[in-house]
Amino acid sequence: MKKFWETANIRLKIGLIVTFIFVIIGFVFYYIPHVNPFSYNAYPAQLGASAEHWLGTTTMGQDVTWLLIEAIHNSLSIGLIVATIGTVVGVFIGLLAGFSGGATDRVLTVITDTFVVIPSLPILILMTSLMKGSSTVLLMALVLALFAWAWPSRQIRSMALTIKERDFIQTAWFSGEGTVQVVATEILPYALTWSLSNFMNATLAAIASESSLAVLGLSPANLISLGNMIQWARERNAIFGQQWLWIGSPIVATVVLFVGLFLLITGYNDYLSMKRGR
Amino acid sequence: MKFRKYFLMRLLTCLLTIWIGVTFIFFIPRMFPSDPVESMIGQIQSRSGQMDPAQMESLRRSLRIQFGLEGSLMEQYGTFLWKGLLHFDFGPSLMSYPTPVGEIIGTYLPYTLGLSLTTTVVAWLIGNFIGLLAGFRKDKRSSKILEGIAICIYPVPYFMIALILQIVFAYLLGWCPLQATIMTSGGFGAFFSSLMKASILPAVSLLLVGTGWWIISMKSLSSTTAEEEFVLFARYRGLPEKTIGKNYVFRNSILTQITALAMSLGGVFGGSIMTEMIFGYPGVGTLIQKAILQSDYNTMLGCITISIVAIAVATLIVDLIYPFIDPRIRYS
Repeated sequence: MKKFWETANIRLKIGLIVTFIFVIIGFVFYYIPHVNPFSYNAYPAQLGASAEHWLGTTTMGQDVTWLLIEAIHNSLSIGLIVATIGTVVGVFIGLLAGFSGGATDRVLTVITDTFVVIPSLPILILMTSLMKGSSTVLLMALVLALFAWAWPSRQIRSMALTIKERDFIQTAWFSGEGTVQVVATEILPYALTWSLSNFMNATLAAIASESSLAVLGLSPANLISLGNMIQWARERNAIFGQQWLWIGSPIVATVVLFVGLFLLITGYNDYLSMKRGR
Repeated sequence: MKFRKYFLMRLLTCLLTIWIGVTFIFFIPRMFPSDPVESMIGQIQSRSGQMDPAQMESLRRSLRIQFGLEGSLMEQYGTFLWKGLLHFDFGPSLMSYPTPVGEIIGTYLPYTLGLSLTTTVVAWLIGNFIGLLAGFRKDKRSSKILEGIAICIYPVPYFMIALILQIVFAYLLGWCPLQATIMTSGGFGAFFSSLMKASILPAVSLLLVGTGWWIISMKSLSSTTAEEEFVLFARYRGLPEKTIGKNYVFRNSILTQITALAMSLGGVFGGSIMTEMIFGYPGVGTLIQKAILQSDYNTMLGCITISIVAIAVATLIVDLIYPFIDPRIRYS
């Protein structure tokens, strides 16, 4: 651990620290007992910052701090669910395409390429606007995952194609290991290091898509996410009411989270290529 | 001969993209339990009270026809492909009945194309230029500062940058209008100046994010290229730095960036939709938002079909330019 920290580059360090802080807020602070931040008029409306309400309260008398914590929790959860589904499916399809070759590979590659190029946002808009009112967090995550698998799959496929020719794989083949075993013991460990940066990327992309949809009013109405929080503040004219803490805090949180995740991704990639000795 | 094969392959991929995308948006809504016709009837009923069953039945029939829900699933699919994809006929818009959807999109589309094409090209040019400089002289202080700024802007979603710009420049400083209004009457001068005023903030937010990405990717590409052996060899030959930068590093890194441009168009379009909505810029994005608010599925379907076609075609064009720029010409 100590050695890792010494060899890690500055981006990776900053990224790790920022992401860690958000994970603590979203998955530890979140479980401290508190009033449901969604309920209206729990506190007097439009309070400024104070010891009791660090970020004040909204026009509907909700505590902004808890709203923000819950939003971070939900946004991170959606991001992680989507990234998990996307990465698992992507790795599976990518390996399948790369190793089977022939017609299977061609068909899978065409489909994957299509999904990489297809504009996801318009289709997401169509789907979520049809679910308006009835959508849930899980449904939202599933819909977002539809577009999360293509990119990792493409990457893993090209990785599989180069690995396939390596000596150690050939050795495994010739020593009589079955396809499944070769993939599980020789390829998967390789693919996983690759997938980690894809995973973080997918998390970032999913949170971004969810918040974009939220700003359109298409995220589930009962979901406290970073995007929805910004949207509610906009709807209730927080800008004109000059309630900067209310509209500002989710904006700042999102910006910091995204920059942190991005630093984590690029830092991790640099770290990997440095370890490979390049 | 080889180019023809490359061309046909690309064309096929482009058509496949359009077909899969359009099939997707055709079947997905039909898999959802919610029925737009029933929800529309519910809305009408709640507004105008009870209606007699015969009237309601005829209303349901005519709504089904307008939503393209007549006949079996395959018949509907055929009609949708034939009318929608080949003739851009998506039926009448429901929010401004009976104007055809195609006509409405026609008035909004030029604004979106103008805004997103200009900003994409400008961002690509500026970003790659700065990225090249930053990667080529990566130990200079200015390179590091520029990259730092790019890193803080690029990962943030488009609408967030738009929102921040709106709060700062339109609300706090009051330099720009909060919502875009474009004068269509009053001559070209009034139209042009209002268009510029309305476009400045959306364009800046799109440029910031776009440029940020091209700086980051070009910097990492060109700094890797700058360490290649052929660059080292050029140095040993005593070529001037400028020549090395232009002929060795730039030429080799820009190829990847052209492919990357083709891949990124979908995302850029999504970003421009979001940016338009924040500023109320009168493009397809704002139209989609209006359509969502008023449950106008015909308009939504039309906008989305056209955007899929537009992006697939734009990607095809970039892909076809590629072999003309790559001197090694490998059509694979």
